[in-house]
Amino acid sequence: MKPATFDYYRPDSVVEALQLLEEYGDEGKLLAGGQSFIPILNMRMSEPESLIDINHLKELDYIKEEDGYLKIGAVTRQSKLEKSPLVKKLVPILVEATSFIGHIQTRNRGTVGGSVVHADPSAELPLTLLTLDAKVTIKSMDEEREANLRDFFITYLTTEIMPSELLTEIQIPLQHMSNGYAFEEFSRRHGDFALVAVACLLDVDEVGTVTSGRLAVGGIDAVPVLAEDAMDLLIGKKLSESLLQTVGEKVVEDAEPDDDLHASKEYRLNLAKVLIKRAIQKAYGRAVKRGDSL
Amino acid sequence: MTKVLWTQQMIISTNINGKLVEKSVEPRKLLSDFIREDCGLTGTHVGCEHGVCGACTVLVDGTAVRSCLMFAVQADGAEIKTVEGLKQEKNGPPLQDAFSECHGLQCGFCTPGILMSSLEFLETNPNPCTKDITEMLSGHLCRCTGYKGMIEAIHKVSNKNL
Repeated sequence: MKPATFDYYRPDSVVEALQLLEEYGDEGKLLAGGQSFIPILNMRMSEPESLIDINHLKELDYIKEEDGYLKIGAVTRQSKLEKSPLVKKLVPILVEATSFIGHIQTRNRGTVGGSVVHADPSAELPLTLLTLDAKVTIKSMDEEREANLRDFFITYLTTEIMPSELLTEIQIPLQHMSNGYAFEEFSRRHGDFALVAVACLLDVDEVGTVTSGRLAVGGIDAVPVLAEDAMDLLIGKKLSESLLQTVGEKVVEDAEPDDDLHASKEYRLNLAKVLIKRAIQKAYGRAVKRGDSL
Repeated sequence: MTKVLWTQQMIISTNINGKLVEKSVEPRKLLSDFIREDCGLTGTHVGCEHGVCGACTVLVDGTAVRSCLMFAVQADGAEIKTVEGLKQEKNGPPLQDAFSECHGLQCGFCTPGILMSSLEFLETNPNPCTKDITEMLSGHLCRCTGYKGMIEAIHKVSNKNL
C-alpha cells in the first residue's frame, strides 16, 4: 500500500502547469486534492511517471458571481463550496449535494475540478453540475476552450479532456435558476459511494403546474444520465402518482447499470425510480413553497 | 516551480506541533509515514492507507485531513498538528479527559484521528448538536465503542465551553 516512485513537479502558476502538461502530460498525471487519486496510487492501480501537483495554484481557488454565472475555480476545496454563503444563496442544490461527498475530512482536501475530471459515474458534483447545465473552461498551451458538461463525460473515469489540458473553471448559468431543487442519494453508509444519486431542478407557475424541470441520475450508467425527454413529460402538468411512475420508467429505460458486490442491476434500476420520485416531489414542494412566499 | 526527480529527495520544512522540522524525503513518501517514521511521532496511526478509516487524521493548516492521502512533499511550508500536540490546545486536555470519562475509547487505535477531527470540529462548532457530531464522526471507523461514548464526550467538552 505504498505508491510507486514518481517525479514530482509543483508549478506555481497556471502557465507553468500548462508547460509541464505539454512536456509530461502523456506519462504524467495532475494531482489536485488527491482524495480519489492517492488511494489509486497507494494501491498501485496507477503508476504514472510524474505527478504535477496543482495545489499551489491559488489563482484557481475562488468562488465568484460574474456575468450571470457562478464561477468556481478548479482547485477550490469542496468544503469551501459547502460553507460558501454565496453558493448557498445562488445555487443551494450544490451545498446539499456536496454534503454527501465522502466525509468532512476528505472534503477539506478534495477539489471541485478534481471531482469533475475524475468523472466517477456516481459522484455528486458531476451529476449536480450536469443538472445545472454547467460548462467548464479547459486550457492548454495552444488554446483555451469551453465544454458543456453534457458532452464532457465519455465513460467511467473518462472525459474528453486531453493529456495536455487543464480544467481551470466551472461556470454555472444563473439566469434561469430554478426555485425548486432536490438532491437524493442512497449509499450503504453515509459517505460511501452512492449506489444511486439523483439531482433535480424544477419550477412551477402560480397554480402549481410544472413549467420547467431538469434531472440527472448517477450510478445507473457509465456516465451521469441527463433525463431530458422524461422531464418534458412533466411540463404543463401537476404531479400525480402515475405521472411520477411514468417519468421514472422513462429515465431508466435505456440505462445499463453494473451488477456488482454492492447492488444488482435490477436493484439499482428500482432504487433509481424510487429516488427520482422522491427528488421530483421534494423539488416540487420547494418550488411551490418558494412561489408562495414571493 | 519545484521539481524533484524520483531518484532525488526534497528538503521540506514544516511546523509540527509548534516545532520547526526540516527533513529530506523522497516524493512518494506519504505524510502519514513521514510523521511516524521520519519524525518519530507514532501517535498518528495508519489503518487502511486509502482514506477510509480516518485513523491517520491530522490537522494541516488547521483543517482535519487524512495524512495517508497526502504526500510529505505537499506539506512543505504547512503547519501540522498531531495527537502529540493535543495538550497544547485549549480543547485538547478536556477532550482527552472526556473521552476517558465517557468511555469514548477502548483499544485506542482510532482515537488519535478522532481526537484531531474533534479538535477542529469544536473550533468551528462550539455548541454542536448530536447530528453534527455524528456527521463528523462518520469519517472515522471505530470497531470497539459504538461511537456513543465519543458523542457524549464531545457534548461534555462543548458544554464546558458555554
